[in-house]
Amino acid sequence: MLVFVVRRLVSLVVVLFAITVLTFLIFFATPGVDPTRSLAGRNPTPETVAAVRHQFGLDRSKPEQYVLMMKRLFVSRDLVSYGNQALKVVPAITAAAPVTFSLVIGAAIIWVVLAIATGLAAVVLKGSIWDPLLMILALIGISMPVFWLGEVANLVTQDRLHDTFLFSWVPPLGYVPLTKDPWQWFLHLIIPWLTLSVLYIGFYARVLRANMLDVSNEDFVRTARAKGLSERKVLTRHMLRTSMITFVSLFGLDFAVLVGGGALLTEVVFGLPGVGLLTYRSLVALDLPVIMATVIYGAFFITIANALVDIVYARLDPRIRPA
Amino acid sequence: MAEFAYEPEPAGGVVLAPGESAREIAGKSPWRLAGRRLLRNRVALAAAGLFVLIVVVSFGAPLYAEHIAHTDPFANNLNGTTVVDGKKVEVLQQGGGPLKLGETPIGPTWQSNYFLGADNQGRDVMARVLYGGRASLLIGVGSAVLACLAALLLALVAGFFRGPVDMVLSRLMDLIWAFPIFLLAISLATVLLTAPDGLQWGPVHVDPSSLWVPTLIIALVYVPYVYRPVRGQVLSVREKEYVEAAISQGASNVRLMFGEILPNVVTTVIVMLPLMIATTILTESALSFLSIGVQPPKASWGTIIDDGQDLLYSRPWVAIAPGIMIVLTVLSLNVLGDGVRDALDPRAKLRIKG
Repeated sequence: MLVFVVRRLVSLVVVLFAITVLTFLIFFATPGVDPTRSLAGRNPTPETVAAVRHQFGLDRSKPEQYVLMMKRLFVSRDLVSYGNQALKVVPAITAAAPVTFSLVIGAAIIWVVLAIATGLAAVVLKGSIWDPLLMILALIGISMPVFWLGEVANLVTQDRLHDTFLFSWVPPLGYVPLTKDPWQWFLHLIIPWLTLSVLYIGFYARVLRANMLDVSNEDFVRTARAKGLSERKVLTRHMLRTSMITFVSLFGLDFAVLVGGGALLTEVVFGLPGVGLLTYRSLVALDLPVIMATVIYGAFFITIANALVDIVYARLDPRIRPA
Repeated sequence: MAEFAYEPEPAGGVVLAPGESAREIAGKSPWRLAGRRLLRNRVALAAAGLFVLIVVVSFGAPLYAEHIAHTDPFANNLNGTTVVDGKKVEVLQQGGGPLKLGETPIGPTWQSNYFLGADNQGRDVMARVLYGGRASLLIGVGSAVLACLAALLLALVAGFFRGPVDMVLSRLMDLIWAFPIFLLAISLATVLLTAPDGLQWGPVHVDPSSLWVPTLIIALVYVPYVYRPVRGQVLSVREKEYVEAAISQGASNVRLMFGEILPNVVTTVIVMLPLMIATTILTESALSFLSIGVQPPKASWGTIIDDGQDLLYSRPWVAIAPGIMIVLTVLSLNVLGDGVRDALDPRAKLRIKG
């Protein structure tokens, strides 16, 4: 086990290093693309461009630039935005992260509960019209672009039905920190939570149903039935619990991807000032240092979470530990 | 993001689909068998029909614009007028409310001209949605096919030659794989699509509005998802007796790769293709929505939803219509993909990611 953990950690470090190099190369060394071109939009004098190039070390060799960028990102943490020199990238990300966490955690609770309910219902109701109906609904959920669903939700809750009893409680778009007013925090996030969770409810319900139907033919399920256990116990204690292995490992990865930047579209549509919105704003302004930092933040978060999932998984299930 | 999920069974062997008897499948080639199963799956056939319909309608966009709507959906039409119910009306009407501020484009007329209304520039939304479908489908299908072909070729080479070739290719794929797909696509698109004059690589000039750029970016990020399972299959097929037999007959490497191994792994790619197109269409729409996909003057479903954001409360159809097209397209591909998978590989399971 220890050997496995060490090997996994070593490969983690290698991957993290490769990610920083690749990201740096994409943003600052893509042939034919000038990394300072976004400054040209505001008609700077050649002196300004030269000063900015010097400040970000863009007048040095590529390896030197890489080391300098990474030093300012990880060691001295004073990498600033192109446009707004007062905006330090690392504190900006730290400030935005709680918003993203709030969004993703709430959505995750909703999607886990509803996906298990839907998946179980489909299995229990197999053979009736409800099973295919639920699965079609799940498939529709998977097929909807999240940003479009968010806009439709805004249209309905902010405008068309806002003055009816149904949605008059929906506050305007935006975010209220949990520490400031927990109730407003909750109200502001309900619609974004539901919107973000739709795709995952559909996906997880499908996976859960397929898995449970798979294990329903296994010997241990037959044994449980033969022992005279109630159908409900067979379903929850034996079938559901076994199927949850897949569910949990998928969940770890999807959760990490969302916190790492996958919730960007939802944040943009609902105006939630999380890491995704920060990425989006810097993307519109072509603020390369900020985009690079948010991309590296996201990639790091996801890679580290992957490694943790692997290690926990190996701890739970000795079969997958490589020799 | 939930990715298309597929875990191929080890190659070889014949499997009965549910409700099939051994007598029924005796003496039939795997392809005929799969075709029969697909043709019996009415839901999958209906989905295929819907997809074909969307393709035909989208590629008929120029005909619609020219002969039905009589408009150029890419030209500004800020001062234009049109005829509704015999009356002449302005395409951009003075804004409502007590202050009469700004201009509101004409809403859906449900007639041949401005069927779904106009956008901020006074352009016919219906014609734009059809043209947008053309771009979305071209990029979605193009990038999925390119990713599959590249992955198939790389996996054949890596799995066949093994050793250092495999080592280098697989590490390269691991690196792309380690990167979160969406972030990689955003990074590449930000850099490659925002140069105002396009890209200049030596003699090659790439126009920023060329559909090739988003197509290649999306294809690149999905290559590892196809490469991994196919490479595993190539490695196992390579050990089969019939490959050994071909080697003993002195078959060339090319013949071994394309004549013996390829036909046995190609089903995996075919199963993945429809689900992959569904995913690439969604990716394209997201990038275009963020304005780092299809660049103006061209339009795709994603860019039209982006345009419609400003008009959401006054003219919601601008944003809703292209979204409905995306949902229908992706839904039909997902249903079709499930059908193809059941037909070609009845034992397949939803893949455990990672």
